[in-house]
Amino acid sequence: MKKLLTSVAALATVASMASAEGELNIFNWGNYTNPDLIKKFEETYDVKVTVTDFDSNTTALTKIEAGGHGFDIVVPTHSYIPIYVEKGLLMKPGIPEMENYHNLAPQWVDVDWDPKREYSVPWQWGTTGVAVNTKAYSGDVNTAAIFMDPPAELVGKVNVVPEMQDVISMALMYVGGTPCTTDKTMLKAARDALVAAKPKWMSMDYGMTEKMSNGDVMASVNWNGSTFRIRNNNPDVVYGYPKEGYIVWMDNAAILNDAKNADNAKLFINFIMDPENAAMISSFARYANGITGSEAFMPDDMKTAPEIVVPADLVAAGKFTGACPKEAQDMYTAIWTELQK
Amino acid sequence: MPSSSEDLAETARVRRNWLLSTPALVLLALGAAGPLLIVAVYSFLEAGEYSGVEWRFSLDAWFQILFHRDIFDDTISLADAHLTIFWRSVKLSLLTTIATFIFGFPTAYFIATRAPKQRALWLFLITIPFWTNLLIRTFAIMEVLRNQGILNTLLMKIGLITTPIQILYTDTAVLIGMAYVYLPLMVLPMYAAIDRFDFRLVEAGYDLYASRWQVLRRVILPIVKPGAIAGSILVFVPSLGAYVTPRVLGGGKNMMIGNFIDLQFGQGRNWPLGAALSMVLLVIVGAALLAYVRVSTKENPHG
Repeated sequence: MKKLLTSVAALATVASMASAEGELNIFNWGNYTNPDLIKKFEETYDVKVTVTDFDSNTTALTKIEAGGHGFDIVVPTHSYIPIYVEKGLLMKPGIPEMENYHNLAPQWVDVDWDPKREYSVPWQWGTTGVAVNTKAYSGDVNTAAIFMDPPAELVGKVNVVPEMQDVISMALMYVGGTPCTTDKTMLKAARDALVAAKPKWMSMDYGMTEKMSNGDVMASVNWNGSTFRIRNNNPDVVYGYPKEGYIVWMDNAAILNDAKNADNAKLFINFIMDPENAAMISSFARYANGITGSEAFMPDDMKTAPEIVVPADLVAAGKFTGACPKEAQDMYTAIWTELQK
Repeated sequence: MPSSSEDLAETARVRRNWLLSTPALVLLALGAAGPLLIVAVYSFLEAGEYSGVEWRFSLDAWFQILFHRDIFDDTISLADAHLTIFWRSVKLSLLTTIATFIFGFPTAYFIATRAPKQRALWLFLITIPFWTNLLIRTFAIMEVLRNQGILNTLLMKIGLITTPIQILYTDTAVLIGMAYVYLPLMVLPMYAAIDRFDFRLVEAGYDLYASRWQVLRRVILPIVKPGAIAGSILVFVPSLGAYVTPRVLGGGKNMMIGNFIDLQFGQGRNWPLGAALSMVLLVIVGAALLAYVRVSTKENPHG
């Protein structure tokens, strides 16, 4: 519902800016873009911004590949950037020459999915773990068994966010493999475990920020920032870092090759590398960003949140998978298709 | 030669009729037949790597509808997952039709037996839900059914249950949602049928010592039957292809054909399979309509 209201608010903003000179169309994850950030950009540059939601990386890629979408900026997860690049969907907007480029935190500059940041800049990064309502289950939450082999209290009450890359990588680590493996035995074990677990799930849906806040869903594969927001609404919900392995990821903003408003898009890319603006992104969606100096503008509760500060003994279990080799990617897709049936 | 001038007039009439129907025919060809042809062609192509199609002939999509090839050891088995989804769709659509009939018949009867001036108001009330977008209405139903929603909270307050009943994300939730959404489509044709009904026949039935049940079964039902059949088709066909309701209330796990087709064009990345499934759905709908035509012409040979 909150998502709905945000979109309505965004529409209202758009309507009031109808006289603006230029336009900018952003394609981003739902409930992920701070409306105040958009408003600030619109006021600074006199540009009318439209934000359209997607709910998964695959859906976003399909829509963009189909053409005729009219989007200028897209925000895919790091593992999808090489696919976009290989298909020639992204523009090289000269990011290293941009004014705010020096604000990029050094560890996020030379990344394997986009060396030297020619195509994309950090939007936010976070982890994929599990969110559990302690009223329903009070046992250990730092395990992928929450959804791979749900405890009796959670059978029929677990949701799995249908994000292929995260779910299959976590399943692989749960059965003792590594993400992006091409080892057929491991892939088969992960497939079998997922297929066996599926009947114990309640749903495979998005929108957990609302559904776990109001107690409709008791446990879910979920992202850390979303869980942070849930906890702010419902203190019973905790975030678990599966000790078998959990996912570390980064979403990146990039300009599409066929962008009609490339100049405005470049302004926006530079805009979000400003520490104050990056902090606005984080304070809304509750994930860390990749911009040095943004901490100074962030709310205090971000600095101590258990969803952001990883417990020392579980740091090593976090896996930043990069992009899988094609052979592994094909197997991921085949397993996912089978699981979705 | 009267016959030849009659022929000429006939030819002119036929020509004029064709000319007048040209816009409709062009629209049908471009708007219905054209896209359908594309769908049919796509179902015989290979799936592209991430989306779209490769222009190579393949029967894979049609094979996949019925059979499942294991991705690891290539063993072939019956695609029970697809059959489950098809069966769920047909079952839920039939149940929706029955549910809308059970609620729609008394409603239509009630409206048709009001004073003529009041009927307009009642009919108007029936159409009010159409003022609101389907998505909003579905979210409203979700608000009623969810674990902490209106229904569960109410039942817990009056002490009938202690823990919420899981209705959301089940077939029951989808059924309730569809019955609610499609109810007016059953009420309106039923009302039209009952409205033409001469209620003196009921009185005559009673005068001949028929019981209430006999009057209902022998007098009223045969007359409202055409309305009921029309209403059933109006409810059954869109139910079969329903997308929004099962998407929101089914939670992505209890899919119907519509959602499964959508999945193939998105996360499933198998456009040919999606196209083939669409053709199958079309065949089912066509069969339902054919059955309707046969039943209704049998009822009324001069209609």
